[in-house]
Amino acid sequence: MRRFLFPLAVFIVLAGFLAAGLRLNPREVPSPLIGKPVPAFRLAQLQASDKSIGPEDLRGKVWLLNVWASWCVSCRQEHPVLIELDRQKKITIVGLNYKDERTAAINWLNQHGGDPYVVSAVDADGRVGIDFGVYGVPETFLVDKNGVIRYKHIGPVTEDALKTKILPLAEELARG
Amino acid sequence: MAKEIMNLSAGWQKLTLALRRLAIVLLLIPGLQSAAPAADGVAQPVGDPVVEARVNKLAEELRCLTCMGQSIADSQSSFSSDMKREIRAMITAGKNDKEIIEFMVQRYGDFVLYRPPVKSTTWLLWGGPFLLLILSLVFLAAKLRKRRGQVATELTATEHQAAMQLLGKREGDRP
Repeated sequence: MRRFLFPLAVFIVLAGFLAAGLRLNPREVPSPLIGKPVPAFRLAQLQASDKSIGPEDLRGKVWLLNVWASWCVSCRQEHPVLIELDRQKKITIVGLNYKDERTAAINWLNQHGGDPYVVSAVDADGRVGIDFGVYGVPETFLVDKNGVIRYKHIGPVTEDALKTKILPLAEELARG
Repeated sequence: MAKEIMNLSAGWQKLTLALRRLAIVLLLIPGLQSAAPAADGVAQPVGDPVVEARVNKLAEELRCLTCMGQSIADSQSSFSSDMKREIRAMITAGKNDKEIIEFMVQRYGDFVLYRPPVKSTTWLLWGGPFLLLILSLVFLAAKLRKRRGQVATELTATEHQAAMQLLGKREGDRP
């Protein structure tokens, strides 16, 4: 009996590691930008191309930067969630329209229930996206009053993610 | 017999037709691929083979984050072509390889590297296989030493008799 004990222990440890590995999402790469200042940018606004937007304009506010595009399929999934969040007026949502065309982006917003963003920055060639370490759309960053990135959500924003992580952290940052 | 030959030749014709179609499709694919990046506005390799060689060397060290298990050099995704464009721009701007790799790590983390750096969080990754080797060698040595300690014991006469009986042999057949 005792001779089976060791292989059994090895098996259990191995199974444990594999089970933990299965729960990990390989698409969720921890961002090295958390705790770092927002990358500097100055881009044209989507709805008013003669105006520009940059992180300095948002100093003193806790805000979300949501990277989106009209070609992004999972953005459709999170769009109603963002619209509802905008209706609640709990947080400022800024869009980063990533590698998109202006008319296609505006049409997409009109077709999918409206524009939840106070402003969307146009990152047509995706260069600012690279500074943010964007590799899959949608991605969402939570930025504090001093312009420091505090949290990154990869994939579509869900009600659950808002309720359990993003909004509590945002409230904490707004108070502090 | 003639019918069978007819059938056979009809089948053959179908096969050659299918092959011809396949050949046309295969001819079209590389054409599409080389046209796509240009239409995308991505800079095509601009002549300088030295720059391109460096771009490729660096691209092989970096992981394509959207395709998993492929380097930027191997991948055709838009993420990879953006990365290659960025590397090319940095090389033209006179940055060295170390600076370019650092640029990528600052934005995408160590995961972007195919050869992660040795540090406190990765020592198990690098040392794990060697640790496992040492552990199994220790285990093997202990096993072998234990086995050497077991000297074959002689059977007493009664034990031998009992054994023989079990084997169905008569006394005196001693080996």
